[in-house]
Amino acid sequence: MTGVGELPETRSVTLSVNGERHEIDVETRMTLADCLRRKLGKTGTHLGCEHGVCGACTVLVDGRSARGCLMLAVQANGAEITTVEGLASRGGEWHPLQQAFHEHHALQCGFCTAGILTSMVEFLGENPDPTEDEVREALSGNICRCTGYQGIVRAVLDAAGRLRARNGAIAP
Amino acid sequence: MTGDLVGAPVHRLEDAALLTGTARFTDDIELPGTVEAAFVRSPHPHALIRSVDSTAARNLAGVHAVFSHADLAPLLTRNLIPPDNPTLKFAESTRAVVLAKDEVCHVGEIVAIVLADSRYVAEDAVALVDVAYEVLPSVSDCRDALAPGAARVHRDAPDNVVATFRAEYGDCGPAFAAAAHVLPLSLRQHRGGGHPIEGRGIVARFDPATEGLTVWSSTQGAHRVRDALVVLYGLDETRVRAITPDVGGGFGSKHIVYPEEVVVAGAALALKRPVKWIEDRREHFLAAIQERDQYWDIEVAADADGRLLGLRGSMVHDQGAYTLLGFNVAHNATLAVPGPYLLPNYRLDVTIAATNRVGTIPVRGAGYPEGTFAMERAMDAIADELGADRAEIRRRNLIPADRIPYELPLKARDGSTTHYESGDFPACMEKALESAGHDRFAERQAAARDAGRYIGMGVANCTKITGRGPFETGIVRIGPSGRITVHTGAMAMGQGIKTAYAQICADQFGVDPGAVKVITGDTGTVPMGIGGFGSRQTVTAGSSIHLASVEVREKALKTAAHMLEVSDRDLDLKDGTISVAGVPDLSVSLADVAKALSGAIGYARPKDMPPGLEASVNFLPTGLTYGNSAHVVEVEVDVGTGGVRITRYLVVNDSGRLINPTIVEGQIVGGVAHGIGNALFEWMGYDDAGQPVTTTFAEYLLPTAPVVPNVEIVHHETPSTVNPLGVKGVGEAGVIPAAAAVMSAIESALAPFGVRIRETPISPPRLVELIGEAKAGS
Repeated sequence: MTGVGELPETRSVTLSVNGERHEIDVETRMTLADCLRRKLGKTGTHLGCEHGVCGACTVLVDGRSARGCLMLAVQANGAEITTVEGLASRGGEWHPLQQAFHEHHALQCGFCTAGILTSMVEFLGENPDPTEDEVREALSGNICRCTGYQGIVRAVLDAAGRLRARNGAIAP
Repeated sequence: MTGDLVGAPVHRLEDAALLTGTARFTDDIELPGTVEAAFVRSPHPHALIRSVDSTAARNLAGVHAVFSHADLAPLLTRNLIPPDNPTLKFAESTRAVVLAKDEVCHVGEIVAIVLADSRYVAEDAVALVDVAYEVLPSVSDCRDALAPGAARVHRDAPDNVVATFRAEYGDCGPAFAAAAHVLPLSLRQHRGGGHPIEGRGIVARFDPATEGLTVWSSTQGAHRVRDALVVLYGLDETRVRAITPDVGGGFGSKHIVYPEEVVVAGAALALKRPVKWIEDRREHFLAAIQERDQYWDIEVAADADGRLLGLRGSMVHDQGAYTLLGFNVAHNATLAVPGPYLLPNYRLDVTIAATNRVGTIPVRGAGYPEGTFAMERAMDAIADELGADRAEIRRRNLIPADRIPYELPLKARDGSTTHYESGDFPACMEKALESAGHDRFAERQAAARDAGRYIGMGVANCTKITGRGPFETGIVRIGPSGRITVHTGAMAMGQGIKTAYAQICADQFGVDPGAVKVITGDTGTVPMGIGGFGSRQTVTAGSSIHLASVEVREKALKTAAHMLEVSDRDLDLKDGTISVAGVPDLSVSLADVAKALSGAIGYARPKDMPPGLEASVNFLPTGLTYGNSAHVVEVEVDVGTGGVRITRYLVVNDSGRLINPTIVEGQIVGGVAHGIGNALFEWMGYDDAGQPVTTTFAEYLLPTAPVVPNVEIVHHETPSTVNPLGVKGVGEAGVIPAAAAVMSAIESALAPFGVRIRETPISPPRLVELIGEAKAGS
């Protein structure tokens, strides 16, 4: 906490968000999630608990999932960040995960969805052909209160298949 | 119906914005000049406020104001929060206040609001507000609250009794005297939170040019928020507009008008600039409503065959510190007890007790899970007493299909008796048992036990009152643009109702559901509205929208007939175009019809046709409609660790006619997951003084993907007879029997030990303890 009358310290940082480079001044105590939302207008990243459990604020930092609420913006200086706004192609074509979420009713209120999508982008990168149990385990860091996860699990498995096909793997 | 959209598994219209990060939730609304709010909240369960010194906070750079009761009182017409319920009598001391004046009665109660350039600075300043408290004795548990000499929840109240009432029919005395079996049960059911992943939040803006106040609130009742602000600030109804942007779930926690909403709006009026408050999770644990703390001491009477003769006893309901919404949770719990069973005699004496905990109002299920749990535990107790199969005992007691419609002399809150107008409860249970392989389960269970594994199967049934009126407006409007819009007072909180409403409307116009724009929860477009709760909106608003769509379609056809100089019987309406059957070139568009009816120059309006291609309908249901479900659960229990794994979950659900089966299934599965949370995970801890001890998701466990099973759903569609669509509500259907079914399955698994579960939730250590006690007692 800042003391009375003491101005919070600011730093200049460079962030690349969804391929766009931003040079901004941020307070050193500002979280990455707040920075993305408030300074860069990327309001697709949501805050559900602000203590690192619910996973709603998950973004990709240099390709690795990170809790936007537990990371400071200054810690991301120089990093490439991907948010939900950056998952579709430049032409606007949805990521296979987005398409599969739509088709399998994998979201209801949609507030937790951005963090689940980013987490699953990383997961399917590491494990392109997961079992259902592996998908459920990978989802354990994201809380959804609406869906009971069933549609999400189906969507992730479906998207894995689509990604394998797209990446030229031989489908079983 | 004209089209085939109703009943189709249409993909949701809501998804695109939510999947691409372009949805607008309350926190996404950024108005120029906004100041952000944080609240000073009581750290004590009960205390007097001796003084509030905000000097240091006001002096912090970036702080605009600090308002406590003394500062906002001049703006308020009164310090009590509406809505008032004139028909209910309860202890005046528990009326909810806007801002604590000199007494706080639960941890988290708001004492002051700090307004600053950012939430960061506002929270710094909160720490600098010096509140002098004098801590008073407090009471945490609702049974303790009723004990002689208990501390008073409100210092001026004579005791902690909020209200008492009795639910009764028949005559338990003779029934119990003649019973072959009378079994006592003491049950403890536990409170949890709604915990939508988006917390509460509000943005308020005062516009001096119109003297208008606009609020964007993450609420389940936009019109009630508007009405409360009108009353509390003495404003004109037409000058206050409440809008709900995208809402990230509610589950009951956004069902009332909260003090925070009133105070934020007041701050906007005082500062004449926009104010935003976004609840953080800790605030949700401290100050958003909770539900389900109840103690039941009942006995059930059965004949020699296990047929119910009566159920009687008492129940204590924890109201928390304030009566925020009457006492419908306790009332619903008493209504839910008979459920789908023939219960000839019933008497339950209810005492609603105040405690120094945050108030309780409906969390998804609204008393029905508690009443269902009591009855289902009673069913299992009878089965155990008789050494009979648990499903067989239920079979003997379910209301037979040929007794439907069935009337119970139990009054709902609207004064109507409980009237099951349609449904087939035995068929639903049989379907569930068959799908689950119940008749072969005993063999599998025996084989598993031989192998040292403890598997069990549980069953539970329920009914649920749905479609509570009195109405929800449906307006269908086609403007000169030709675009179709639907407006309703119903609230979208993530269920997918915009898609369902678009299907209902689009069916009448032969268009794609995506061509219908559905606008919900905006008091600027619909004068009256009631809101999203009680599994009511598809029944009420859905029916209104259907009837309004039919009316607009007929008006469009009649007008087109006039314009084309043919009979309206010769016309087809498809893709937004009305054409003469067999002569597609002879046609007019809905846009042309709308222009004609809007009086546009050059368009001839039929002389006897009222202007405007629109209709507004307030469908008034003639009665409540009852959904029902049967849940069968299979579990495996690790008797060493107390771990419970749900290996199969089957639901047969009757929600009447389905508008969109995919959305219905989503509601059921989500509800089941919530019920599994209530059964196994969600424990809202308080110490003996009323201090919350679980205020993070690391301490309060919500169900996660590895512990929620795939839920298999079988639909049983018995159309409702009390609305034109034949629908029944489904929002709470999944949660209601879930905890009862899970406990039944755990008991089945642990039958060799004779473990009896009389509480929710059941944690692994507690289960190990119960197994130990059962072993010691046997």
